[in-house]
Amino acid sequence: MAKLTPIAAAIVFVCLVWPAAGHAAPDDLAALRAELEALKTDYTSRVQALEARIKQLEGAVVTAQLGAAPTPPATTAPPYPQPAPVAAPAKSSNAAAFNPAISMILTGNYASLSQDPATYRVAGFIPPPSGEGPGSRSFNLDESELTVASNVDPYFFGNVTAAIAGDNRIHIEEAYFKTIALNHGFTIKAGRFFSATGYLNEIHSHNWDFADQPLVYQVFLGGQLAQDGAQIRWLAPTDYFIELGAEAGSGRSFPGTQRNSNSLGSDALFAHLGGDVGDSTSWRLGVSWLDVRSTDRTYDEVDQFGTAVTNAFTGTSRTWIADGTLKWAPHGDPTYHQFKLQGEYMHRTESGQLAFDVTGRNLAGDYNSSQSGWYLQAVYEFVQRWRAGLRYDSMQSGTPSIGLVQPGLLPFAAFPLLASASPQRTTIMVDWSLSEFSRLRAQYAWDDARATERDRQLLLQYIFAMGAHGAHKF
Amino acid sequence: MPKYVRSLLALATVSLCVGALPAQAALKVLATTPDWAALVTELGGDKLNVYTATSAFQDVHRVDAKPSLVARARTADLVVATGADLEIGWMPVLLQDSGNIKIQPGSPGYFEAAPLVHLLEVPSAVDRSMGDIHPLGNPHVTLDPHNIATIAKALAARLALIDSANAAYYAARGDDFQKRWQQATVRWEAKAAPLKGVGVVVIHRDQAYLCNWLGLKELASIEPKPGVPPSAGYLAELVTKLAATPPKMILRNAYNDPRAAEWLSERMHAPVVLLPYSVGGTPEAKDLFGLFDDTINRLLAALK
Repeated sequence: MAKLTPIAAAIVFVCLVWPAAGHAAPDDLAALRAELEALKTDYTSRVQALEARIKQLEGAVVTAQLGAAPTPPATTAPPYPQPAPVAAPAKSSNAAAFNPAISMILTGNYASLSQDPATYRVAGFIPPPSGEGPGSRSFNLDESELTVASNVDPYFFGNVTAAIAGDNRIHIEEAYFKTIALNHGFTIKAGRFFSATGYLNEIHSHNWDFADQPLVYQVFLGGQLAQDGAQIRWLAPTDYFIELGAEAGSGRSFPGTQRNSNSLGSDALFAHLGGDVGDSTSWRLGVSWLDVRSTDRTYDEVDQFGTAVTNAFTGTSRTWIADGTLKWAPHGDPTYHQFKLQGEYMHRTESGQLAFDVTGRNLAGDYNSSQSGWYLQAVYEFVQRWRAGLRYDSMQSGTPSIGLVQPGLLPFAAFPLLASASPQRTTIMVDWSLSEFSRLRAQYAWDDARATERDRQLLLQYIFAMGAHGAHKF
Repeated sequence: MPKYVRSLLALATVSLCVGALPAQAALKVLATTPDWAALVTELGGDKLNVYTATSAFQDVHRVDAKPSLVARARTADLVVATGADLEIGWMPVLLQDSGNIKIQPGSPGYFEAAPLVHLLEVPSAVDRSMGDIHPLGNPHVTLDPHNIATIAKALAARLALIDSANAAYYAARGDDFQKRWQQATVRWEAKAAPLKGVGVVVIHRDQAYLCNWLGLKELASIEPKPGVPPSAGYLAELVTKLAATPPKMILRNAYNDPRAAEWLSERMHAPVVLLPYSVGGTPEAKDLFGLFDDTINRLLAALK
């Protein structure tokens, strides 16, 4: 035993020290050996290839001398091994080498609407300042969307998307930076960006499967919710896709308003879960919570006497969103066939003060509403390049409790837009994509958003993408 | 104390020590195609946990950045991709959303195969009117065994770099693979000699490296431009054009729509040859060796 102890002790010592200090030397040695071996095999294979080539040439000479049929030109089979790839010859210094990726989307449509789009309102809901309705009649130039994106440095990625509207106004849809070196599944994004609440909200209009947004997006988020703020996401280190995130923003866009306040106006939380079923189906589920504050969020109303008034909401708007997306393609290859099913449900409660006729009588009282809406859509690529889609929209406005509505003050009829309603819409669409970069679409909708008459909407749309090949999210 | 007891004790001590070493978890590899998955498995064996992003039945140009792929990118220690813009429609999303610095381009954990080999068909000018053209050259580099040998060498070195504890293991497996591959290549080249100069029609330009290696003559491609499906008019034109030099066979991959190939096959009296293109594309193409064996067998069978 006396002999054994020092040996065992030495082994223990080596074992303990090995993980800490022992790495460098043996690893270097192994790496060197590996390199040497690689060199050896490299040269061996080169020599063998050269020998083979000599034989081949000798053979060719012999056959040529024998007057045999000429072998196919040697150019079809280059001598192997091919030269080790060398870096591209250094070009003269070029200031444009670091130019960001630039892409431009052209969109436009022709609209035939049976109702005057100026009177479009989704009945039962406080209308957003913009983003509602099918747009103008006849030919329209839609947004021309310019995106400039690039890595900024080893730590950040930057992206700007500016939409030039048909009426010559430019607005910044997104302008954000994003971390690319945080690790451990964390990503931080800040600036102006489309909120990750819901599924469709983050997707730019040229990638929508229909020419317009679902009613629930138009009514609850004014089309699309852009945050001026910051977002943090964390992706769990699991085989299933589990992503958690939070956002904080100023709340300047609907359902919030620009507020003269240092505090945050918009908070959001979201969780996404996703995975595959077999090799053909993939899915994503999400839940989101959006809490937005607004001050004097005005909207136009026509009261019970037919007088145009401006009302305003001040308070908090809280929205729950559940979303689900399922994609199917044979063996996961969407070249010839793909099916996509997607649906979202939103429930919103607004509580605060509703002011009536802010430029005239200016009465204010409590306001509480509990409203919901959902859509479900399916799109199928039935033959290469051709897709057909069906979408159904449904909204439930309920009846808000309005403090001003009481005997001696105002009747409910003073708020005709807020009368309980269940707007619906059914949309069908066919689109044809000649390539990944062009798409022509025809869409027809039976829109019962107005409480009164049905609007029959025909939209013919074009979408063209020029420039950098953007990668698409799921 | 008997000698063997002492030896046993020493052994026990050593095993205890080894057990106390930080357990080496398998290296997680995300391979974009089954070919790269097969290659990295040849080199890394059971030291790796390999996930394949696509199958042989998928066109790697058109893949969704599925949630499951983002999740795999999050935990990957190494991404093995083709590069040369083959995965441009989805890889950037995976890399950006992964929150994983190990696999960002430029890091040891991001490996691209295509830049290591001589790319064919590098266009001198690019414009989208030319179809799905790749500015860096044809990215379908796998169907030339010499390319695989070159890539395997670099990939083995990369594994050793990332997982230095097993460097010797990767080097040994790499050598063994190169030896077997070298022999197989010689065998394939001898066996495929009758294919030299045989005229073929392809669907997409993804057989370019195979044709170049075996000396097959690509007479035409069924796609008028990369990624653009043929019109009836174009196919009729193709028949006329090919009348002077009729092809011996029409090559198609597992993921191609067979209809245009079959239509042309009837007119030209040349068989359609289904090639695996990727590992898993046919039942015989179980690994990289099987991929080449089966490709050559199918070509030779069609020649008879």
